[in-house]
Amino acid sequence: MRVPYSETHRKVKLSIQSGWLFIIPGVLLVFLFGLPLLALFWRATGKDFFTYALSDTALAALKLSLLTSLVSVVVSLLVGTPLAYFLTRWEFPGRTLFELLIDLPVVLPPSVAGLALLIAFGRQGLFGSWLTLVGVTLPFTTTAVVIAQTFVSAPLFVRSARIGFSGIDPQLEEAAHVEGANQWQMFSQVMFPLAGRAIFSGAILAWTRALGEFGATILFAGNLEGVTQTMPLAIYLGFERNLDVAVALSVVLVLASIFLLAVMRKLEGIQVY
Amino acid sequence: MKYFRLFVLSAILTLATCDTLPPTVESETLTVFAAASLTDAFEEVGHNFEVANPGVTVRLNFAGSQALRTLIEQGAQVDVFASANTKEMDTLVAGNFVAADAPVIFLTNQLVVIMPANNPAGVENLVDLAQNGLKIVLAAKEVPVGNYSLQVLEKLDQSFGNGFKDKTLANVVSYENTVKQVVAKVQLGEADAGIVYSSDTVAAPELKKIGIPRENNVVAEYPLAVLTQSKNPELAQAFINYVLSSNGQLAIRRWGFLPVK
Repeated sequence: MRVPYSETHRKVKLSIQSGWLFIIPGVLLVFLFGLPLLALFWRATGKDFFTYALSDTALAALKLSLLTSLVSVVVSLLVGTPLAYFLTRWEFPGRTLFELLIDLPVVLPPSVAGLALLIAFGRQGLFGSWLTLVGVTLPFTTTAVVIAQTFVSAPLFVRSARIGFSGIDPQLEEAAHVEGANQWQMFSQVMFPLAGRAIFSGAILAWTRALGEFGATILFAGNLEGVTQTMPLAIYLGFERNLDVAVALSVVLVLASIFLLAVMRKLEGIQVY
Repeated sequence: MKYFRLFVLSAILTLATCDTLPPTVESETLTVFAAASLTDAFEEVGHNFEVANPGVTVRLNFAGSQALRTLIEQGAQVDVFASANTKEMDTLVAGNFVAADAPVIFLTNQLVVIMPANNPAGVENLVDLAQNGLKIVLAAKEVPVGNYSLQVLEKLDQSFGNGFKDKTLANVVSYENTVKQVVAKVQLGEADAGIVYSSDTVAAPELKKIGIPRENNVVAEYPLAVLTQSKNPELAQAFINYVLSSNGQLAIRRWGFLPVK
């Protein structure tokens, strides 16, 4: 049975007297996020917004960004979900180290990630030279963009999915076992649905991180319109070419991000029993 | 226990409010924004200037000239600007960031084609740049050297014909943000060839290169100027005078730049 989130989690009405301790720091943070966005929209109004926003460069960048980030999220879901499940359910030697490795890209500076990817999988890289033997070159390709985005965003997804899986009551698992569920049924009909919200929010997080990825992309994949020039790269170069171009592109990206966020939150708002 | 806490508190307060060292020499900072191609040359010049003027710190920021110009327009606090083309300097003059008579050309530079040390694609002549399947890296056209590269390709197109420029541009796999990134991609062997300044080959002597004939090459003129917003215009001018002096020019020449014609 599906019950709206709001019915199971009532919000307590906050009175100003008791709440000021929480409101003031919160308001400061809201200003930090809200004012720059407001300024961005203000700067973009009028002038030639639609000329810049619908220009070939902008559309190419937006299409590429959406495509690559979508692929990156799908990869994270397909590979990351079993990984997260595995990490919560099995004890094995070196598990802590393994978890550390999975978490590392989150705190690694993106340019370090880009450099490492280049040195590993570049044409004359440590492993890249083997790839070249079979005719595969990664740098300067759209595939490289997806790899860079997945590198930085998949760990965020795995973290969230892990939290989701580890929050499931083990008694529910045992009950399913008793009922005769096999591995796949256990996963697809019990574990995955119960961890659904965490998996969804992990996917949103990974998607937005992939959309905004810059440092690793520009180092590993390069910058070529239509092939590797994602929105953040186009904005960065647009900044030097013509500030209004960069502002228009930024507004488009913000609007696209808000839309995606709203869609996913709508899906997420359904509590599953 | 109470007195210990009081002691720690007053110690912290004392350290926070007094100078940690007695001032011996007046310390001044000079902020210099310089084109990426000037990285090695200006680091040496900056260091020499600091040695000759105790108490002065030269803070250098290297990036594409177009990026630096944008930062200055957006309010960066800078004393001296050295650009790789006159276009960025002229934009600053038009915006009143630099006085109209301030800029002075202090060196020139030329372009050269570079290949990785092991020359994976076997590039021997300039015509080879148009061969199918080659991976070429250039700087973006907003970057001074990127714009110069396009000019050179245009001139070579008139010499070679046969759609040389279009074929070469079709081989470009990435447009980088600074000339040093082009050098890096070629050094790593990711690109088969790139077009950079001849000065960049001094810092990367292992790279193979093909010279571009004078009639097809461009002469990049680098202007230098004090900014009107400088809080220390005398020091800024002293730095410029040092760059123009024979010592400064010698250091710069060692990094592969050419004198003003």
